[in-house]
Amino acid sequence: MLLIACPWCGVRPELEFSYGGEAHIARPVDPAAVDDTAWTAFLHDRTNPKGTHRERWRHTHGCGRFFNAVRDTATDTITATYKPGEASP
Amino acid sequence: MQRFSALSLLRHAVRGHIGWQAQWRSPEPKPAYDALIIGGGGHGLATAYYLASQHGLRNIAVLERGWIGGGNTGRNTTIIRSNYLFAESAALYDHAVRLWETLSQELNYNVMFSPRGVMMLAHTNHDVQVFKRHVHANRAAGVDNEWLTPQQAQDFCSPLNVAHNLRYPVLGAALQRRGGVARHDAVAWGYARAADALGVDIIQNCEVIGIDRDSTGVVTGVQTTRGPIRAPKIGVVAAGHTSVVMAMAGLRLPLESYPLQALVSEPIKPVLPCVVMSNTIHAYISQSDKGELVIGAGTDAYTSYTQRGALHIATHTLDAICELFPTFRRLRMLRNWGGIVDVTPDRSPILGRTPVPGLYVNCGWGTGGFKATPGSGHVFAWTIARDEPHPINAPFALDRFRTGATIDEAAAAAVAH
Repeated sequence: MLLIACPWCGVRPELEFSYGGEAHIARPVDPAAVDDTAWTAFLHDRTNPKGTHRERWRHTHGCGRFFNAVRDTATDTITATYKPGEASP
Repeated sequence: MQRFSALSLLRHAVRGHIGWQAQWRSPEPKPAYDALIIGGGGHGLATAYYLASQHGLRNIAVLERGWIGGGNTGRNTTIIRSNYLFAESAALYDHAVRLWETLSQELNYNVMFSPRGVMMLAHTNHDVQVFKRHVHANRAAGVDNEWLTPQQAQDFCSPLNVAHNLRYPVLGAALQRRGGVARHDAVAWGYARAADALGVDIIQNCEVIGIDRDSTGVVTGVQTTRGPIRAPKIGVVAAGHTSVVMAMAGLRLPLESYPLQALVSEPIKPVLPCVVMSNTIHAYISQSDKGELVIGAGTDAYTSYTQRGALHIATHTLDAICELFPTFRRLRMLRNWGGIVDVTPDRSPILGRTPVPGLYVNCGWGTGGFKATPGSGHVFAWTIARDEPHPINAPFALDRFRTGATIDEAAAAAVAH
């Protein structure tokens, strides 16, 4: 089980969190203006890297807030967590 | 190829078993082939076999990063069934089941296909309604599936606890009698041996590190840890690592890779006559011919390539197993492990061409690809050989996520994902 450092609550066990997938995928500001290919890319296409991954987590059974984490998917080591809106380290 | 038969076994037995040959060659990679398959698991080896046997492409190679069958082919819980809800899925998986039924004879290799029945338990009224819908949909599509009462379920599988005081009591079950299990390693070895006999080069310890394309974007070959190899057609069958391989061609796919866990108990005498699946409380169990109880657990919540999973995922499944089968409570677990499964947004596989000419992909089998191995290889070989999909895999094109024609087994699958 992962130990995850919520930026507000500190280190807590993984069971308190829910996973939110790849981070920093911006929803197109005007969905009607983008074509199907761009919309599909936003909706479905993912980097899914073997290595450094920036991802969203939510402290569901804690403060309830979303935040971002940097995790190595080859080792599951979390190197940083940061609040939404902050630049990725 | 040395053919296996009772006579050959007897002949080698009286000669002290010194005349058996290696079952496939270990060739050096040639500079060029007519087609390359990236990934030496069951699906990749099956693709190579059908390319050679059905389409006459024999100057081809399978490139495997590790050893054949060392990925998900050797890590799954070997369940075979075809009782999917949608007609497209039922056609694809039932195509595979029909090939399983004669696979040992076709490959001259005992894959130990055992259609002992797959029973899926319903624990809630919602389960009952969904499974009955499945039964009707399957029967309309010509796929066998039948509804059992709790008592009939226990009659079919005597160790099953159908008491009313369970947290999630068994309210009924859907049974596919043609479903069952097969020996997963034998599937990889059987396809490898048969493909090798037709001239396919199986190249292990050969990791693809780049995909070459010409100025028009067409694939021309690959870079590997054993040097460059040229080929006009490349089929990617890399399961959990598909995103990594496709990124070498500049493609992002609708895939996420998760660790899926399985575990086995100490071996015991025959006690479980069929495969039992419970989606609601997440327990999948059968008994291998060695006597081990083979148990499938869930995926971790997050994407990962670690081939292990968190302990709380496995214990959650064991809680459910112990409630359904009280007699198993004192068994010790011998081993647990994880495999990396590539999951699509609609939980159906992607089988077909890609935006890159000459590059084909067979991926997205998620948590249940083993059952489809022969059918997947069969239709994917067709797709590569003819540069157009077989009618069975046409609905499973990558383009469906753009057009919206998804096959949404995520909501409708007989398994909880």
